[in-house]
Amino acid sequence: MKRKSRTIKVDYLARVEGEGALYIDIEEGHLKDVKLKIFEPPRFFEALLRGRRYSEAPDITARICGICPIAYQMSSSHAMENALHTTVDGQLRALRRLIYCGEWIESHALHIYMLHAPDFLGYPDAITMAKEHPDVVKRGLRLKKAGNEILKIVGGREIHPINVQVGGFYKAPSKQSLALLAEELKWAQDAALETVRWTAKLPMQDFQQDYEFVALRHPAEYPFNEGRLVSSKGLDIDIADFDLHFEEEHVEHSNALHCIHKGHGAYHVGPLARYSLNFDQLPPMVQQVALENHLPKICSNPFQSIVVRSIEVLYACHEALRIISEYEVPPKPAIEMQAGPGIGHGCTEAPRGICYHRYELDEKGNIMDARIVPPTSQNQKMIESDLRKFVSQYLHLSDEELTWRCEQAIRNYDPCISCATHFLKLHVKRN
Amino acid sequence: MNPKPKLAVWKFASCDGCQLTLLDCEDELLAIAEEIEIAHFPEASRAVMEGPYDLSLVEGSITTPHDAERIQEVRRCSKFLVTIGACATAGGIQALRNFQDVEEFIRIVYAHPKYISTLEKSTAISEHIKVDFELRGCPISKEQLVEVISAFLNGRKPNTPTHSVCMECKLQGTVCVMVAHGTPCLGPITHAGCGAICPAYNRGCYGCFGPKETPNVASLSHWWNQLGVEREDILRALRTFNAEAEPFRKESDNYEA
Repeated sequence: MKRKSRTIKVDYLARVEGEGALYIDIEEGHLKDVKLKIFEPPRFFEALLRGRRYSEAPDITARICGICPIAYQMSSSHAMENALHTTVDGQLRALRRLIYCGEWIESHALHIYMLHAPDFLGYPDAITMAKEHPDVVKRGLRLKKAGNEILKIVGGREIHPINVQVGGFYKAPSKQSLALLAEELKWAQDAALETVRWTAKLPMQDFQQDYEFVALRHPAEYPFNEGRLVSSKGLDIDIADFDLHFEEEHVEHSNALHCIHKGHGAYHVGPLARYSLNFDQLPPMVQQVALENHLPKICSNPFQSIVVRSIEVLYACHEALRIISEYEVPPKPAIEMQAGPGIGHGCTEAPRGICYHRYELDEKGNIMDARIVPPTSQNQKMIESDLRKFVSQYLHLSDEELTWRCEQAIRNYDPCISCATHFLKLHVKRN
Repeated sequence: MNPKPKLAVWKFASCDGCQLTLLDCEDELLAIAEEIEIAHFPEASRAVMEGPYDLSLVEGSITTPHDAERIQEVRRCSKFLVTIGACATAGGIQALRNFQDVEEFIRIVYAHPKYISTLEKSTAISEHIKVDFELRGCPISKEQLVEVISAFLNGRKPNTPTHSVCMECKLQGTVCVMVAHGTPCLGPITHAGCGAICPAYNRGCYGCFGPKETPNVASLSHWWNQLGVEREDILRALRTFNAEAEPFRKESDNYEA
């Protein structure tokens, strides 16, 4: 029996961080509507930051997300330094890149092995996958741990690190403690190479999209903390002009604000965007590995994001090893800050894409106004757009099959819904 | 052989960090999965087994009318229920709304307040249901989480000390940042469990594990005063991730302008 209309509802999206749902409306065999609904309860960070000291922002905003706290600590620290006319450079700047390497390795390895790969191989989760692929899952866990070790040594702990402050760190790590990290990172770099080869061989759907990619671009390096905001369709701006070019919309079906590029619409942030806009900034070794594994220099298939994440893990291991080999303990763990009034912007590359912060401070350095635009709210419109195109191809599938396909299209973005409230049960309606 | 006990992980208003701690047990995760059936853990698996569940880990605070109902269902299908982290045990950072007008908070963040459904207060799980054990921290400690699971599997009480962070420093031989450097520290009144990381990194404890048993908060805030900390900064220090925990809330009220 062929049903003409139906609604598919996924009430709780699995293997994403946070709570979301998906509604698909199919009428007369045609797709009528797709809604990604974020019901993660609002936590009002921008409001509760008002009246707090500038120096409290890194610890408070870290609590937006347990998976990528460094992104929030880095964006807020840079924004505060921008407001107070201070620049952090030298070894302190290098240590910030190092701790971000740790977060990319930890977060990407979690997503590649535990959240994303099971989809490609047909398992409900990594623990079930481990029964048939024990060595693969063990490699993923050890790789993830290598990233976490960086966070632990440089940051004090893996989740909500305590060592980051505006101006730098509370304590600079010793050369010996970093040298110990390097041993495991050498293993991790080899494991990352294996990860690229393994993910490149996964059964891959062909789903090329014409995205507007948005990412940071720095003249001398693959971006973590600094750079101009550029896009694949000609945008090239200072991060301070973010508001002139992007805006957030509040839509009824979601507790997350949807972000659009004014005059252009939905855009794509994250590993695919970063890689496609910054391929030339990757070290020759990493470029070569990408090309050898048939990853194009511009990658527009979101299913291949698992390969791009693996390339970024390889890069992060390589970069971490470089930083450690050149490390000298800085004379002071932080630059002394002078509280005062100002407006500051920070934009850094969270594992899932750009994380933008803007703060306004009064004469005592207290926060008068805060604005935080996390990566997942920027990708939300793009995810819905992907789903619309993607679902249309698979309307003939059963609800159960279609649901799983949709979840996969969503997981391509590694969405972090805890961040965005400001992910997914599926509701498919077929009449 | 008896079937394995079933584990469920639940999320309310939170950052996901405490449940991530389970996935961060890189060395122990596969061994844990040998001993206990991971029956409901949406962050990690799309496979969901029906309840009842032998052990439930609950992350997050109650902030919406829907969640206030949902936690009752979670209790009904859970034999032993453990709350994990500052949100679940004390309302979390989002409990800062409890000291303000939540309508104002909604207007600051959202263009269309009428789309938002939220409660006036963010509350701990124990204000809604009976909780069998609480694990503190923002985030919880990995070692303590493994200890709670292991104690449950072996039918014993978890060994998680209730003394202070101050005591952890002494046990580790970390020099006191308050005595030696005059750095304000919440260590004397904060619940142990983190391993006294902050003082080891030359900063004062900021209380992310919440109050210890019988803390003398008034005495410590007096000492902070002596160190020259402004009243408004004492207020801020007590009102972070465990602001709604009673000893912190009561003392902070004394510092309200």
